[in-house]
Amino acid sequence: MAFELRGISVRHAVAAHADVPYALYDISLSLAQGEQVALIGPSGAGKTTLLHTLACARQAMSGEFTAFSVSPWSMRHEQRHTLRARLFLAPQTPPLPPRQRVVTAVLAGRLPQWGFWQAIASLIRPREAGAAHAALARFNLQDKLYARVDRLSGGERQRCGMARLLLSSADAFLVDEPLSALDPTLATQMLAVLKQEAQTRNATLVCSLHQVELALANFPRIIALREGRIVFDLPSAQVSAEMIAALYQNEHTALPEAAEKAPYCMGTPC
Amino acid sequence: MSAAQPTSKYPDPAWHGRVMLAVVALLLLWPMLQASEFQPWILFDKQSLSSTWQFLSGFVPPAHSPEFLAMLLEATWQTVAIATSGLVLALLAAIPLTLLATASLSVSRLESGRMRNIAVLVRQSARWLLVVLRSVPELVWALLFVRIVGLGPTAGVLAIALTYSGMLGKVYAEILESSDTHATEALLRNGSGRLAALFYGALPEASAELVSYTTYRWECAIRGSVIMGFVGAGGIGQRMDESMKMLAGAEVSSMLIIFVLLVAAADQVSTFMRKRLA
Amino acid sequence: MDSRELTPPPAMTPATVLVLLGLLVLVIASFTTLDLKWGELFTADALRSSSEFLGGFAPPEMATPYLIKVAQATWETFSMSALGTLIALVLGLALALPGSGRFGVTARAVIRLKLNVLRSIPELVWAVILLIAAGLGPFAGTLALAAHTTGVLGRLFADALENLPREHEETLRINGATPMTAFFYAALPQILPQLLSYTLYRWENNIRAAAILGVVGAGGLGQMLKYHLSLFHMQQAATVILAMLVMIMLVDGASFWMRRKLNGV
Repeated sequence: MAFELRGISVRHAVAAHADVPYALYDISLSLAQGEQVALIGPSGAGKTTLLHTLACARQAMSGEFTAFSVSPWSMRHEQRHTLRARLFLAPQTPPLPPRQRVVTAVLAGRLPQWGFWQAIASLIRPREAGAAHAALARFNLQDKLYARVDRLSGGERQRCGMARLLLSSADAFLVDEPLSALDPTLATQMLAVLKQEAQTRNATLVCSLHQVELALANFPRIIALREGRIVFDLPSAQVSAEMIAALYQNEHTALPEAAEKAPYCMGTPC
Repeated sequence: MSAAQPTSKYPDPAWHGRVMLAVVALLLLWPMLQASEFQPWILFDKQSLSSTWQFLSGFVPPAHSPEFLAMLLEATWQTVAIATSGLVLALLAAIPLTLLATASLSVSRLESGRMRNIAVLVRQSARWLLVVLRSVPELVWALLFVRIVGLGPTAGVLAIALTYSGMLGKVYAEILESSDTHATEALLRNGSGRLAALFYGALPEASAELVSYTTYRWECAIRGSVIMGFVGAGGIGQRMDESMKMLAGAEVSSMLIIFVLLVAAADQVSTFMRKRLA
Repeated sequence: MDSRELTPPPAMTPATVLVLLGLLVLVIASFTTLDLKWGELFTADALRSSSEFLGGFAPPEMATPYLIKVAQATWETFSMSALGTLIALVLGLALALPGSGRFGVTARAVIRLKLNVLRSIPELVWAVILLIAAGLGPFAGTLALAAHTTGVLGRLFADALENLPREHEETLRINGATPMTAFFYAALPQILPQLLSYTLYRWENNIRAAAILGVVGAGGLGQMLKYHLSLFHMQQAATVILAMLVMIMLVDGASFWMRRKLNGV
């Protein structure tokens, strides 16, 4: 098993939601190694919090959590950090320093494998420009290898963040809304690359998506969240139009968007 | 992914620039190291270490006899007084120069949209005077005045007055010009004089920034007046110079403590004033 | 239009009046307690002797061998300022890391205190102290500039790092990067322009400081100036002052150009 969650509850990162104390409540699920899963649900359902919990970026209030059959929060700090190199969390808007060059931003995916001096040397002369080029080429971005990040469009930046994922050595990809800045053609291409890479490495792929049709068409398993709880967790063939309609019913009366964009911090509760 | 393609296939366009930059930097660095006699190892040779140790070991405990402390207190007050008097004189000189140098306070510009030639000339000479006044470091002014008026605080006050009138004049003019000129212009158009336009139009707009900059300069003047003591312009600097010449570590250490406290206090006072008056 | 309509006179709170009164007392006390010898400046006798003194500056000494000596001292001064600033840039950044609370609250407090002490002692006082360890000459001056500037830059850098949003670094750390590599890949590129811009400002300041450090024996133009003034070689002193002015203006220009390049591109 790549991930096991038993009765996991996670608090909101910001205390503003006193009326709804939990971002996730009593979540139980298991994800096999190499499995590909889509997370769907209205804004504020807890998709981002779940991804952060899987990435060991947020600690659960209660419940049991194991990743790769170990329990990260009972390990020492350093061991947990080693574990993090096996998990790659791609945030929705990749925070890339504006003046950095694309090649450096992409090669940052290699940081867990590099020693300190290798990392510094790569800032002066990119160490594996070829690998960065290959990763960018899969998103048709190879021309931007030496461009500066602030010269990229929003969609190009998002793909640049995914090229970083391709360079990581992770065994699990935890991807938050990878399609938000992409047009339909690029969105399809993005999903194809992610799925192909996950399959080649036998990595687990968990991807939160707003586009339900794309989720149903591309992922064998769908987990639906609403108000911090699992509404259903089914093979995509068994998901009906009524279930989707019910999931998104009165979406705008649900939790405010802010809940998903809450800042996160490591280890310590915010 | 470990079988990465060779980097050389995708040459980094910035690489040659970086190499060139590094070469140029090294070529410059070497003569600079020579010129500044950069030899860190002399810090660690026996003689240097022992004299440093001898001097520093005198630091504890700092000198604290009542007579010495009284002398120190007087010298500290003298330092503050030199800075304050110098800054007041600088203000008195800077205000007329600012009025001359500020373009938005010009009456002649209103009529033709351009300033008269003579006005331009006066304004330019005022600006050049400000440039010369502030470009000569205050210590150099102090060195000169010590030769004219002799050792003592007068030279320090004059040096601060001259340097700071140049700095204050320049920055005041910039602040007044960058603040919204609308009110000033309206006043000038309606026949107000330059001073009225300044007091009712430009000043209220910019007063916060002017006060803030002036208090900041007062803080700088305190540091400056300490330094000028070393060329004989009075205050704690002059006392420190004397103690250093006698290698009296204990006295120097009390002075350094007073010094850090004085700068911290000036910092606090100026922050407080900025809040109060701005 | 009545001008008073434009700006009603600002209301003064009692506290403001007190502050202003305090200021007035400070100013009056300053002038009265100082033993200011205006007499020696404004009597006819004094005016004549000081105009003679100032007249002695013209014309500045322009003989080629002397100009070469001045040029050498100028280069020495320039080197002191550039090296001092460079050392301060490196040390300031190194101290800013703990100073911004990256290695805990205790380290932050200790480093901040250290930076404050470095900062509050001016270059010239550092130079006087360092002369004992480094001996007379430009090396002591360079170290003095580095010491003071490290304090100034270290604090500015630490503040800049503290104000930086943490999410860039957190993203890399969540994915397994160490704190130091995350700093170099996420935090540093964000603050680098600001950092270089501060450094250039300090360099402009340091060229002025380097010019005068020689007065206490720490090398450069200041040392020449003091020597010639003490022997009343006015024309030679005038050349030195001119060299200082030219050098300061050139460095200001270079720094302005570099800062514009930095922000423009």
